[in-house]
Amino acid sequence: MRRLVAAPLVAFSLLLVVVAPAFACGGLIGPNGAVNLLRTTTLAAYHNGVEHYVTAFQFAGGGGAFGSITPLPGIPSSVVRGGDWTLQRLVRETDPPSPTLLFAGLARDSAQVLQQVRIDALDITILKGGGAAIGLWAKQHGFRLPPDAPEVLDFYANRSPIFMAASFDADAAAARGQSVGDGTPVHITIPTDNPWVPLRILALGKAASETVQADVYLLTDRKPAMLPDPSGLLASRGVKLTHSEAASSSLLADLRSDKGMSWVPQRAWLTKIAIDAKASDLRFDLAIDASGAGSPSLRDAGFAPFGPMKAPPQQISLWLLLLIGVALAFGAVGWLTAVAGGGIRRPLAGA
Amino acid sequence: MRVLLLLSAVVGLLLVAGQAAGFIQPGPQRVEIRIHYSHFTPSAISVPHGVPVTFVLINQDPIDHEWLLGDAAFQERHRKGTEPHHAGTPNEVSIGPLSTVETTITFGSPQTLQYICHLPGHEEYGMVGTLTVS
Repeated sequence: MRRLVAAPLVAFSLLLVVVAPAFACGGLIGPNGAVNLLRTTTLAAYHNGVEHYVTAFQFAGGGGAFGSITPLPGIPSSVVRGGDWTLQRLVRETDPPSPTLLFAGLARDSAQVLQQVRIDALDITILKGGGAAIGLWAKQHGFRLPPDAPEVLDFYANRSPIFMAASFDADAAAARGQSVGDGTPVHITIPTDNPWVPLRILALGKAASETVQADVYLLTDRKPAMLPDPSGLLASRGVKLTHSEAASSSLLADLRSDKGMSWVPQRAWLTKIAIDAKASDLRFDLAIDASGAGSPSLRDAGFAPFGPMKAPPQQISLWLLLLIGVALAFGAVGWLTAVAGGGIRRPLAGA
Repeated sequence: MRVLLLLSAVVGLLLVAGQAAGFIQPGPQRVEIRIHYSHFTPSAISVPHGVPVTFVLINQDPIDHEWLLGDAAFQERHRKGTEPHHAGTPNEVSIGPLSTVETTITFGSPQTLQYICHLPGHEEYGMVGTLTVS
C-alpha cells in the first residue's frame, strides 16, 4: 500500500564538496517525496591526511523530522558546528555573480553507535555497520528508505562501514527561530589516507530517468588525479571538470579566517566538478589521488569488481588511440599522394 | 509375503496410472520467493490449481516489503490503497526487514496473476512477478 517513504540520505565526501543547485552528495527526501530541507551544501578538504568536511542543512519550513544518512571514509575524530561563511565563500570563488546557495554480508549484527552530537536542530549519529545493519538502524529510528537503499547501503558498506545519520527536527528549528533558508553548518574531521567523494548516493530514491546535478569542490595540497577522469573527452559519465587551478591566496585567507578553519594551508589546489547525470548512470563515486602519484583507486570509485559498473577507459589510452588515428590518416594521405603523382617505384624485373 | 508384494505392486501401478490419467492431484506445493535488493526471485512461477500452495517469502533486505497477489483490478486497487500493514489475508502479505513469512493459497482454476510490492516506488523499481496457475 502507498505509504510514506522518507529516506533522506545524504552522501559525504573527502576533499571539498559544495552543492549548489542540488543536494550535496546525497538525496534528501521528505515524506511523500517532498523535499523539506531546502538543500545541503557541503565542503570537504583534504590536507595532511585529514579530511575536513563542512556541510549545511537549510531549513525550508514545515514541521516534523527529516534526516540523512551519509557514507564516510573513516571514523571522525570530531563533529562540531561549522564556520559561518566557508561554503558561501567557495561558491563565490568559482561562480561570483550567482546568488545561490549554497560489509555488507547479511549483517544481522546491529549497527554500532560511535558518536552522537546535537548541533542546533540537527541530531548527528556516527554509525558503524554493514548495509543491512545500517538499514535496520535507520528503520528503527524513523527513517524510511527507498527501494534502492539496500543495494546502495551495501555498495558503501562493502568499502567503508562508517555512516553519518543526521536527523533534522523542523519543529525544533522553528522553535529556535530559524527562518526558511537558514542553514546549520556542520564540520566533521576525519583522519583518512584515502579520500573519495561519494556520488552514487546522490541518485538514491530517484527514478532512473531523473537528473542528478551537483557541484563538487575539491581542495587538495596539489593537483589531484581522479577516477573517472572528469577532464576526459569521452566517458566522463556526467562528471565534468569546470575549474582546476591553484587556489587564490585571498580565497585561502578567507577560508582560514572562518570558525574552525585555521587548518587551511598556505597553498592548495582548487578543483570544481560539475555533476549532470541521469540517476541510472550515476553508479560510481569519485576517487581522488591527492598524493601526486596519479593513481586514483578503482575501489574508491566503486567500479567493478567493487561495484556494478566497469571503469571508463583511461584518458591516456584515448589520447594514444587518437595519436595512432592521426598518424594512420597522415600515412594514408601520403601514400595516396605518392600513388597519384607516380612517385612509387616498382622494382625492375630482373634487377 | 508373496501376497503383500503383489498388493504393493498393484497399488504402485494404480498410483502411476492415476497420476498419468490425471485422476490424482499432486500433493501440497511449496514455493520459495526471495526478496533481495528490492526484487523478487523468481519473478515468474507456475503452480497447479486445486492443491494448497505454500509461498515462503524471504525478505533479505533491511527494509519493509509486501507481496500482494491478484489480478489487474486487485493490483490497481492496491496502487491507490492506504493500508499500512497486511495480515490475515493469504494473498496480501507484509514482510518485515530480514524476515520470512509463509502463506498458503489454494487456487480454484487456471489463471494468470501478478505479485507486486506496492510500497511507494517499489513497483517502479521492479518488484513485480507473474504467477501462472495451470
